[in-house]
Amino acid sequence: MNIDNIRNDFPILHQEVFGHPLVYLDNAATTQKPQCVIDTIRQYYEKDNSNIHRGVHSLSERATKDYEAARETIRDFFNAKSSKEVIFTRGTTESINLVASSWGNANIGKDDEVLITHMEHHSNIVPWQMLCERTGAKLKIIPMNEAGELDLTAYAELLSERTKLVGIVHMSNALGTINPIADMIKQAHQVGAKVLIDGAQAAAHIATDIQALDIDFYATSAHKMYGPTGVGVLIAKEELLNAMPPYQGGGDMILIVTFDKTQYNELPHKFEAGTPNIAGVIGFGEALKYISNIGFSAIEKREKELLDYATKKAQSFEGLRQIGTAKDKACVLSFVLDGVHPHDLGTILDREGVAIRAGHHCAMPVMQFYKVPATARASFSIYNTEAEVDALFTALEKARDMFA
Amino acid sequence: MFSLGDLYKEVIIDHTKAPRNFGKLEPCSHDAEGFNPLCGDQLHVYLQIDDNNIIEDVKFEGQGCSISTASASLMTQALKGKSVANFNTMFSAFHDMATADMDDKPDEDVLGKLAVLAGVKEFPSRIKCATLCWHTVKSAIEDAGQPAKTE
Ligand SMILES: Cc1ncc(COP(=O)(O)O)c(C=O)c1O
Repeated sequence: MNIDNIRNDFPILHQEVFGHPLVYLDNAATTQKPQCVIDTIRQYYEKDNSNIHRGVHSLSERATKDYEAARETIRDFFNAKSSKEVIFTRGTTESINLVASSWGNANIGKDDEVLITHMEHHSNIVPWQMLCERTGAKLKIIPMNEAGELDLTAYAELLSERTKLVGIVHMSNALGTINPIADMIKQAHQVGAKVLIDGAQAAAHIATDIQALDIDFYATSAHKMYGPTGVGVLIAKEELLNAMPPYQGGGDMILIVTFDKTQYNELPHKFEAGTPNIAGVIGFGEALKYISNIGFSAIEKREKELLDYATKKAQSFEGLRQIGTAKDKACVLSFVLDGVHPHDLGTILDREGVAIRAGHHCAMPVMQFYKVPATARASFSIYNTEAEVDALFTALEKARDMFA
Repeated sequence: MFSLGDLYKEVIIDHTKAPRNFGKLEPCSHDAEGFNPLCGDQLHVYLQIDDNNIIEDVKFEGQGCSISTASASLMTQALKGKSVANFNTMFSAFHDMATADMDDKPDEDVLGKLAVLAGVKEFPSRIKCATLCWHTVKSAIEDAGQPAKTE
């Protein structure tokens, strides 16, 4: 894997911010887009733009073909069983809301329990809270330890025949922790619970085989995988999707509409009401091809190298406290610095060209656990370099000196 | 171009490290909480306002970044002994300063020492840090303690 070649695939990286070369370390929020994705979207709007599944003209046929080809690319990437199981959404958030509304309303009652982890993103907390409020079901939390690892003994004790759904983030965006989902899914299935995996953060960094893991519901977003914003996917078992009522009504999700009754369309269209983000879906497909061309073994190896390098520097940086030190983690360095609030760090680093995230990372319960109002987070990707990590720590020194 | 030093002036660093009037005011006639959901800044202000609408005392506590802490600290110093009518004038002047065009000069007659915070207008994502405490006092006075937001 040649980092220079990879960096050349990403036009946005080659710019200056306040007179310094851009050091983009906010990849957990969204990754940058390679030229091939940008070109694919541009080509779609320049040559093929039209609505899908409804025109008989050439443009519509081309757009439909490319849209459905992207569905197959995505099915293949995650090894889903059938492309009927691949539903396009606006992103992880909408995918989870779809499940909580459609499946949740039909399957969760007042004596049931929904189990999620302490390190979920708000998008895998709030929809379940809303469901529990509607139905009277109970939301229970799988605890974690100081390193930011789930307490699996507590998990086993929390599981019971009342547990109807377990929601687990594959990789935490606030801590970097990679959770042992394979075993956790097996345990959940033993008590008859379904499992939803939030793959938003993990999907660009670790290979995910949905059939091998036996995942019931899988949600992720294109924009964290070098694809466009505003598009993502829900992948769910066909028998579950067949039994679920539609989430939204409208065009494309129907076969026959009369004022007396509507007959819904087949999967996956039953869950894709209205004109979708066609260009986004096609760009998403291209982004996954880009990842596949590099390959996960190369990606994982390189990203581990870089995280190890950054972690060593962090450990010897005076006054820095890492938040999230799980044994199994990737790409995220979350921390607080004595005497400098994360929000000030964000501003000071920005003036050095270094883009990091400061805040609660949409994981306020994680902040509450560590008793910090916010953290600073540097998050890495395939195109980041050791020199960029050095630039981060040089800028951190500057910030520390300012408040010394 | 504004530099970092225009935002993090010495006075601001000083108030960050040693905030004035920090703590609870008991008893107090008015209080409110302010919250900036973007960065997790949390602020509680307490005011003692007498029968003639004079702010006799004001204190704050909470967690926040340098800008929100220093802004609150400077504000408490500026408000002590002022009338509620004065507060309203200062609120407007402060708000104008934080959101003004780059070339506009702050109204130093009204703002005095608070003008050191003028640099925030060059840092759009930090304006709310500076104005949070002002919104919080406003809600303490006007809305009987409804939590303040910066929107
Ligand atoms: C772990 C995790 N889950 C869910 C989401 C939400 O993704 P989106 O905003 O694309 O719906 C994010 C994005 O920040 C995330 O990091």
